[in-house]
Amino acid sequence: MLQITAYGDAGLRVDFGNTISEEINEKIRSFCMYLEKEQIPGVIEWIPTYTAVSIVYDPYLILFDELKKRIKLMEDQLSNLDLPAAEVVHIPVLYGGEKGPDLLRVAQRNGLSEEEVISVHTGTDYLIYMMGFIPGFPYLGGMSKKIAAPRLSNPREAIPAGSVGIAGEQTGIYPLDSPGGWQIIGQTPVTIYDPNREQPILLRAGNYIRFVPITSEEFDRIEAEVKAGSYITHVEKYKK
Amino acid sequence: MGKLFEVIKSGLATSVQDLGRTGYQQYGVVVSGAMDSFALQVANLLVGNHRNEAGLEVVIMGPELRVLEETVLAICGADLSPKLDGKPVANWKSFKAKRGQHLTFGQPQSGSYTYIAVAGGIKTSSVMGSKSTYVKAGIGGFEGRYLQNDDRLDAGEANEPLGKLSGRGLSDSLVPDYRSQKKIRVIPGPDQQAFSEEEFEKFCTSTFTMTAQSDRMGYRLEGPEISHLNGADIISDAILPGAIQVPANGQPIILLADRQTTGGYTRIATVITVDLPYVVQKMSGSELQFEAMSVEEAQQLYVEREILLRNLSLHAGVI
Repeated sequence: MLQITAYGDAGLRVDFGNTISEEINEKIRSFCMYLEKEQIPGVIEWIPTYTAVSIVYDPYLILFDELKKRIKLMEDQLSNLDLPAAEVVHIPVLYGGEKGPDLLRVAQRNGLSEEEVISVHTGTDYLIYMMGFIPGFPYLGGMSKKIAAPRLSNPREAIPAGSVGIAGEQTGIYPLDSPGGWQIIGQTPVTIYDPNREQPILLRAGNYIRFVPITSEEFDRIEAEVKAGSYITHVEKYKK
Repeated sequence: MGKLFEVIKSGLATSVQDLGRTGYQQYGVVVSGAMDSFALQVANLLVGNHRNEAGLEVVIMGPELRVLEETVLAICGADLSPKLDGKPVANWKSFKAKRGQHLTFGQPQSGSYTYIAVAGGIKTSSVMGSKSTYVKAGIGGFEGRYLQNDDRLDAGEANEPLGKLSGRGLSDSLVPDYRSQKKIRVIPGPDQQAFSEEEFEKFCTSTFTMTAQSDRMGYRLEGPEISHLNGADIISDAILPGAIQVPANGQPIILLADRQTTGGYTRIATVITVDLPYVVQKMSGSELQFEAMSVEEAQQLYVEREILLRNLSLHAGVI
């Protein structure tokens, strides 16, 4: 049974549990797909997070009790929904060197070579549990503890957009230039956030990311294609 | 359509805002928009604009603006002593401003956020469906930033001849009194269960003071410490406007227009929509008290306010 509670007078929170898990994330993904399909009048948007979906709505068009009923009805149908496979978005990354100034430190800390860190980091598909913090930032799950590294004690004032980093047992990508304390191991030439693009944000909660190592020649080529608008992100279906 | 203002003095933090960037919160995009959305909507309607048109948000210390082409303006929200060529102009009424005239602001009389709406709206391109400025990401509004001296703004096309737009006003009975000491009404939760009944009661019966660490993102309050049953942290979850977070120090934070879309602190309660302007218009140092309300009652008030705004739109001919 989904727990539905009021979140202010123009919001409603649907609770799916109290742990971070792939199973809950999949339920949330199917619920969001249903919301998209149902187009309930008065529903403005929704925010999926680790364990819940918060819905923003206009009480002039639909009141709390009515929306709660609609969602309960949806719940019965959720299991019947033919959930399409999640997508794996390939993110090409140039590791180390100028683009990944902390790669060596992360390697040394974990008693690995730089190549081994790259191989561990690119060896997994990371689930995008949710987006937040700054526009387009994915909260990723599934990084191996073998390459964990603490935040920098002295954060950098400016980290370029596309930087790929590690903080504790988490990995992530900076969508825009910003200050930050993550250990930067590489950079992608792909723009994951562009406010003026038709699809401003490349990633979406419920999908996966696969980091793919590239050379500096490939980096330059992809960067030029991104600038020219001809770069096509490689996406494949997720297989469990 | 044409030239509008030359910025002589920028003021404290003057920015272009509409009702915000909705639809992208699931991607982590901050909503932004007017801090006092009621005031912006009324200001727009008084000059014949749609409610969601972009106006200028002015905070405490207003700008000095030189009018570049004749236009009709309305100023709604805080009373920051606006003057046109040195002569006081009334809030909540539309008025004509001629080329070469200077709009200035003086001492704040009540409230802290006010809105200048112009016939035709502020002309600027929209980013992800909104003209609202979000300074942290440098998007929207005028070059994604607060206004600076020497900026020049343009206006869009007015919906009616200027002569028909000036002299309109909101009836006095509908003008909000930001100085009133009324309690801020809240709906408990979504994390009410993180607090004991006694602590929730303490939250509802204590007096809090707004601190100087308050901005478009949120207002930090100071008061008796509200303690948690099992810690202040939650698994990151959505933050809606008016959500009141209580971090480990027990001092509440009310999240507002520029809030991040998600956060990791317990939310004891959420301010009801019609009371958000009364929160926003508080000055640092002013006192606040909360009072719990049911969703049904809050939505009744929401609907009444929406009907009022729809009626005003009808009168303004912009529905």
